Amino acid sequence: MLFKGLVTIGDYFIFLKKVFSKPAKWSVFFKKLVFEMDTMGIGSMLIVSIVSVAMGSVITLQTALQIESSWIPSWTVGFTARTSIVMELCPTILSLLLVGNIGSRITAEIGSMRVTEQIDALEVMGINPASYLVLPKVSASVIVNPVLCIFSIAFALVGGFLTVWITDCVSTYNYIDGLTYCFRVYDVIYAVTKTTIFAFVMSTVSSFYGYKIEGGALELGKASTQGIIVSSFIILILNVVITNLML
Amino acid sequence: MIEVCDVSKYFGEKQVLHSINTNFEEGKVNLIIGRSGSGKTVLMKCLVGLHAPEEGKVLYSGREFHNMPDGEKQHLRAEMGMVFQGSALFDSMTIEENVAFPLDMFTQQGEGEKRDRVDFCLECVDLQNINRLYPAELSGGMKKRAAIARALACNPKYLFFDEPNSGLDPKTSLLIDELITKITHDFNTTTVVNTHDMNSIITIGETISFIYQGRLEWTGNSSNVLASDNPVLNDFIFAQPLVQRLKK
Ligand SMILES: Nc1ncnc2c1ncn2[C@@H]1O[C@H](COP(=O)(O)OP(=O)(O)OP(=O)(O)O)[C@@H](O)[C@H]1O
Ligand SMILES: [Mg+2]
Repeated sequence: MLFKGLVTIGDYFIFLKKVFSKPAKWSVFFKKLVFEMDTMGIGSMLIVSIVSVAMGSVITLQTALQIESSWIPSWTVGFTARTSIVMELCPTILSLLLVGNIGSRITAEIGSMRVTEQIDALEVMGINPASYLVLPKVSASVIVNPVLCIFSIAFALVGGFLTVWITDCVSTYNYIDGLTYCFRVYDVIYAVTKTTIFAFVMSTVSSFYGYKIEGGALELGKASTQGIIVSSFIILILNVVITNLML
Repeated sequence: MIEVCDVSKYFGEKQVLHSINTNFEEGKVNLIIGRSGSGKTVLMKCLVGLHAPEEGKVLYSGREFHNMPDGEKQHLRAEMGMVFQGSALFDSMTIEENVAFPLDMFTQQGEGEKRDRVDFCLECVDLQNINRLYPAELSGGMKKRAAIARALACNPKYLFFDEPNSGLDPKTSLLIDELITKITHDFNTTTVVNTHDMNSIITIGETISFIYQGRLEWTGNSSNVLASDNPVLNDFIFAQPLVQRLKK
């Protein structure tokens, strides 16, 4: 069991080495990169906006409900909501959401190409399939996910604002005051850095699980689940490590 | 010329190829024949490097393939075309893009030149008006022919066909056989074909390697395949009543 785990980790790094070799043709790489960025970015926008608005709304409501003491300043609600949204909810929850959304798609796509021998066909042509197929996906998600994270933060804050406006749990003036109180750009940099690292983990791990499939459709389903579980697990552990290092 | 020296292949405990020794000659159609499950596909995958044989080696014009440096290997592979048993067309691309793919990757040709080449290759395999369709929209036989067109696109020096005419009607099958022979002779390619199609065995095999349960059982060509006195080969060749009648 332990031995098998170590072998898998070794295979993963060998796979990474194959992925990060020079593309055979840069024009083809950029064409694929743009295509992937389009499908990942535009394709995830709807779900990201819905989830973010809901997250921002609920975290604001919860905070407002918990803090009902007259000697806690009223900007606290906005401040707490902003901090949770920027530091944890958007980078981490969003990344986990994208694992299910983008990661599983990557595993399924690469895995089905493996099962139907399309990867073998690339290899026989003298093309490095790992680099040709995976590098554009990894690059695209490392570029797109942080942008989605910024959007997600914006949507979540808007969601919080709307909730305050509709329910009137605190005054909108106090909420905005809290949102802007003691704002540090470093927090956003922290969030974006985390998302970038998580994007790398998500895209490489899910490609890896698709790439190494042996067998048929049954294996494909299994690999897809495994890819999601393993990337989520690594993301959660890295989250603790990065939080320790950066804050 | 491709030389196969003592190649053995295992999957776990199971030995699938037992020290195969044979040669595939330049400018000739070389057949690998044998029953289903005898190891034809595995041998072909060993030739092109998709499987690494545990023992023995494969030589391309005298150079050992499996321990070539990566750069040299890719160079050699750019000169190979292969048609897989299951076609292996890229299903995210149209047929046209599939056939143009090797040209995109390995040549500097302009759009017009590429389109001409694609049309020519598709015409060779008798496919018309399907340029814009996706592989999922074609029949099995059409996919196979599109895969053949893709393998031809770059004018390869080495051509590998894994059962090119299984799933084709007799007439198209004949067309493919003629095409394979013509290309091999016109461009002096080293062509290796896996088949158990009797017509191909009798008509196009300039060298024939017969594999039985992972062992090379017999070598010859289409003119002496019917006259052989190898019992296992005869069992395979004369399995169908039609061929039995032919013999009489
Ligand atoms: N990846 C693999 N893992 C384990 N065993 C395999 C693998 N590929 C092939 N085999 C075994 O090797 C043997 C030869 O298979 P192969 O695919 O070469 O047959 P074939 O001669 O091409 O048959 P067919 O005419 O049906 O295509 C079979 O017994 C098969 O079970
Ligand atoms: Mg086969």
